[in-house]
Amino acid sequence: MSEEILTVENLKKYFVTKQGTVRAVDSVSFSVKQGETCGLVGESGSGKTTIAHTLVGIYEPTEGKAFFKGQNISKVFSQRPKTLKKEIRIVFQDPGSSLNPRRSIKQILELPLKVHRICSNSDRMGRVMQLLRMVELPPEDYMYKSPQVIGGGEKQMVAIARALAPNPSFVVLDEPTSALDVSVQAKIINLLMKLQQNFNLTYLFITHDLSLMRNVASRVVIMYLGKISEVAPTVEFFQNPLHPYTKMLLSSIPAVSDEEESLKPKEVLSRGEIPSPVNVPPGCSFHLRCPQKMEICSQVDPTMVEVEKDHLVRCHLFSDGREAT
Amino acid sequence: MSKKELFLAALSRKRASLSKGWYKFSRNPLSVLGFIILFSVILAAILAPHITPYPEHAGAFTNFPESSLPPSLTHFFGTDTVGRDIFTRVIFGYRFSLTLAVVVLSLSVPPGVILGLIAGYYQRTWIEIAIMRITDIFLAVPPLVLALAITVMLSPNLFNQMMAISLMWWPWYSRLVYSVTTSLRHEYFVREAELTGASKPHILLREILPNCMAPVLTKMSLDAGFVITVGASLSFIGLGVQPPRPGLGTMVADGAKRLPAQWWMAVFPALAIVIVILSFNLVGDGLRDMFAVEEV
Repeated sequence: MSEEILTVENLKKYFVTKQGTVRAVDSVSFSVKQGETCGLVGESGSGKTTIAHTLVGIYEPTEGKAFFKGQNISKVFSQRPKTLKKEIRIVFQDPGSSLNPRRSIKQILELPLKVHRICSNSDRMGRVMQLLRMVELPPEDYMYKSPQVIGGGEKQMVAIARALAPNPSFVVLDEPTSALDVSVQAKIINLLMKLQQNFNLTYLFITHDLSLMRNVASRVVIMYLGKISEVAPTVEFFQNPLHPYTKMLLSSIPAVSDEEESLKPKEVLSRGEIPSPVNVPPGCSFHLRCPQKMEICSQVDPTMVEVEKDHLVRCHLFSDGREAT
Repeated sequence: MSKKELFLAALSRKRASLSKGWYKFSRNPLSVLGFIILFSVILAAILAPHITPYPEHAGAFTNFPESSLPPSLTHFFGTDTVGRDIFTRVIFGYRFSLTLAVVVLSLSVPPGVILGLIAGYYQRTWIEIAIMRITDIFLAVPPLVLALAITVMLSPNLFNQMMAISLMWWPWYSRLVYSVTTSLRHEYFVREAELTGASKPHILLREILPNCMAPVLTKMSLDAGFVITVGASLSFIGLGVQPPRPGLGTMVADGAKRLPAQWWMAVFPALAIVIVILSFNLVGDGLRDMFAVEEV
């Protein structure tokens, strides 16, 4: 359980644009353990998707390294060995554009089977049907359909089946439910959790939905402007948030009942918007919005400290305290 | 469900999608009209020796007593200066025009499409620069002028005319497919195929190409008309089908000298060209409607 399947070390991804260099991901380090669901949370523009795309090889990191089972994966897909492509799979956010409208669902699911020679030609049909049953779509009804004629949730199920087709061990879920109706979201999440158990999968679950994170993730990584602000086990994260940004996020979750309301940190009101990653403020990138801003915050960027076991935070409030003791 | 049943289900689905396509096509009555005209023209051209009243008039034939007759029941479109039936010659003329269109398109579309796919997929690399600059050079020269030069350089006959026009036609397709490919290659389904490890031919031909087919087929049906126009223009100045064989352009050119008194010699072959181009265009419109992306 505690074996680390993926380690990311000082990963940086900069994009050079006419307006300047976009620091989409700036020195990010974290690890994902075998069999867990690691949640990656942040506002839009915080670099979550860039991390996902770098891990699967759409981008080459500007600096830093990522290791998957000890193998260096900080390279683009064209330079990755086939075995790596089989092991690390991704489910994209928008199932509408991730399924080719001109191919049937059968053809879509066959591709990874053919490329990775998962089964013999004669067994392929059976495997496709098995995959569809796995995601609770009756194969007879869906096999020959075009993705154009099925609903968003069904499309995402097909995308999940495609991701699992070559028996991967690690799946990056890039906001798999954010493009879907609320009624379908729960179904997809339950399915993903069931599949994880059945096939001993490791997930990197990317989302901006904190309440969702609470239900699925065992560990949460909070990102702000390309950097990690806090890493904590899920329970710890919701009961004892440390970083002011985390508190702000948690207090912004809409609550249905008073009981829920009382559980949230109350004092923090969200203000301002995430600054542009082209023009990152000096010092701690959060200091413009931080309610507990100190003088040092606008000058020195804090470093990550481990406050409790497995609970890391990157904030001067805590680095100071540590220095004092 | 057994494999056979599944196969039959797939077959009936295929049939359903075909009839759906026809439904969309037929929503525009003009497209259906174009389709009917085109179908009859093609059928007439294929069966020309059997359905024309005077098949022997298609070649070297003279019948001076019946020369320059106006349209009548015996000669629908009248006769030319040596007494040949113009209706017969127009139908035979279609044979050359349609052959020209088919040959030119089947020679120029595949290479144009493939080059466009490659250039679009390798955008911002030397491959794209090489392919697209060569394409631009060809596009910069008016097709008629270059085809004219090539035909004159070689000897003027139907074969050389076909080669010359084909050589001029592919760049339009590489431009078209290039622009579609550059927008498709960032779609997530292409990304996914790349990340899965699919081969380049698979990505280009199976993932991207099917999504380019709608504009390509639409353009092909419109272009069939244009190719016929270019062919007729070359024939008009004597660089195409050589007499005594009946080229539509040649017939218009010969008849033009007799305007306006013996108007039928130029007007009917010209109308024949107009009708076939028009129907190709109508069919093109219908195809465009047919391929329009369905909203889910």
